[in-house]
Amino acid sequence: MHEFIQETNAQFRRWMIHLRREPFSLAFNLLNPIILLIFMGGAFQGLARNSVGEDYRSYLLPGILALTAFGNSMGGGIPLLFDRENGFLLRLMSAPISRSSILVSRFLAVNLSTMLQCLLILVLGILFGVRIATGIGGVAALLGTGLLLGFGITAISLMLAFVLHNHGDFFAIMGITALPLTFLSSAFVPLETLPAWMRLVARINPMTYAIDAMRSLILTGWDAPRLLWTVAVLLVFDAAMLWLGARVLSRQLA
Amino acid sequence: MSAPFVRIENLKKSYGSVVALDGISLEVERGKIFGLLGPNGAGKTTTVKILITLVRPDGGRVEVAGTDVFKDPAKARSLIGYVPQELTTDPYLTAREHLRYYADIYHLPSAIRESRMQEALALVGLAGLEDRRARDLSGGTKKKLDLACGLLHRPPVILLDEPSLGLDVQVRRDVWMYILRLKEQGTTVFLCTNYMDEAERLCDEVAIIDRGKIVALGSPATLRSRLGGDVVSVEIASANDHDGASLESLDKTVSQLSMVQRSVKDGTRLKVYVESNEAAVPKILEAAAAAGISVHSITYSRPGLDDVFLHYAGRAFSEGGRNGA
Repeated sequence: MHEFIQETNAQFRRWMIHLRREPFSLAFNLLNPIILLIFMGGAFQGLARNSVGEDYRSYLLPGILALTAFGNSMGGGIPLLFDRENGFLLRLMSAPISRSSILVSRFLAVNLSTMLQCLLILVLGILFGVRIATGIGGVAALLGTGLLLGFGITAISLMLAFVLHNHGDFFAIMGITALPLTFLSSAFVPLETLPAWMRLVARINPMTYAIDAMRSLILTGWDAPRLLWTVAVLLVFDAAMLWLGARVLSRQLA
Repeated sequence: MSAPFVRIENLKKSYGSVVALDGISLEVERGKIFGLLGPNGAGKTTTVKILITLVRPDGGRVEVAGTDVFKDPAKARSLIGYVPQELTTDPYLTAREHLRYYADIYHLPSAIRESRMQEALALVGLAGLEDRRARDLSGGTKKKLDLACGLLHRPPVILLDEPSLGLDVQVRRDVWMYILRLKEQGTTVFLCTNYMDEAERLCDEVAIIDRGKIVALGSPATLRSRLGGDVVSVEIASANDHDGASLESLDKTVSQLSMVQRSVKDGTRLKVYVESNEAAVPKILEAAAAAGISVHSITYSRPGLDDVFLHYAGRAFSEGGRNGA
């Protein structure tokens, strides 16, 4: 157990060094959310007044948080794929370490970074006038919800890092998932206003559940039944993805 | 002789219909430098990946220090320090952070961590560069750092895959020096190489591998001597040999030396076939001096491992193997 902590900690430290010294990788993920928050939040204000109320940016913020969590988690496996491509991972795996330390350290690093990014987006939202109905406790609940969404997506991403053959494919998958799946959720408009086929996808999209819960935390206040329901749905999603990931990776990392 | 430290028995591996290893067997003695020499695609990398337990063979056994690597891969991994042929430094980490990383990956206790890191830095001459990020180090220095990372846990066996690939002459010489130093410290070195001169310079024993099979095994000198050994060519000063008498008497004298296999007269030259010229040249000169014959020049040629490869594989080394594998 002591050895597991030592090796996991070493790998986690490496990811933290990357995070500190490579801040542009954060900008890469944050660019779209920030553009949407500032410009879409402003541009659609007038249009949205009749359907969602006076403050579109507050309405939008949960969607942006979900997009941030989704994007960062989905890209979380990419450094592992780079390590696979350049031989770093092979060397690491020639050492007497538990294979799970590779996944656990990356998983922790990705989700810590997701939390920091969501916090940054929240602060930016507050600077642009968003008021959070549930206050400081609500901020914690918002971050927690983002993380619950991120866990399952990170599991998918770590799986992809060992299944895909090059990082080009990985970037392609990120491109065709993050923003489209955000549109196929309740991120920008109420679910009821979506065309039927989009609504169908949105209903099975875990982002929708995270977004609806976050929206109630920002706009209306504490809604315990809704929060519990969301936590349950996201936990089921996370458990399913972690189970699937563990199955695939135990074969890939044998 | 002690039991072999690394023992590979009848190792087989195929990828689909491509046979990467076709039953190779070899043994490495403790404290020796063993070279697996062959062209790209001969099966070296597959052998390495099996040794580091990351590829499972279709058949055969591998033992490192008495540990069956497939029965106890975790133990085997702790006995081996593997330095891959690609640079595996992380551009964002400093040299010190790399060492700290591998110190923890190999579970060094914190009490000895710092001294081991200093030791590794000193061995590869990186002292003073600890706080540079890898991206600011030259290719050769990165390679040295890579090596240092593989030595921290003082593994009894070091596995070096193409240690001097793409290095400039100076760094290459440095790397060779570190490898010899490791041997002095009692480390067993298993080395894969494409380079004949590297194998000749470093290895106590060499296995030549071609198309998944070991085609020759032995010390570089033995492998060479099987091709007929070295040829020492002695030219005597023509002034003292009007009638060939001096050459005749040199031939007689030299033939009595124990290391001489045979000799052939060739004009004013005598071609002497010996197992190894290093020992033979001084003896031949002594014999000539004792017989009162002045030597005008002495040259020798040595069949290289290139010739050995040509001899055993039936084609020149540079023609290479298959692709892949």
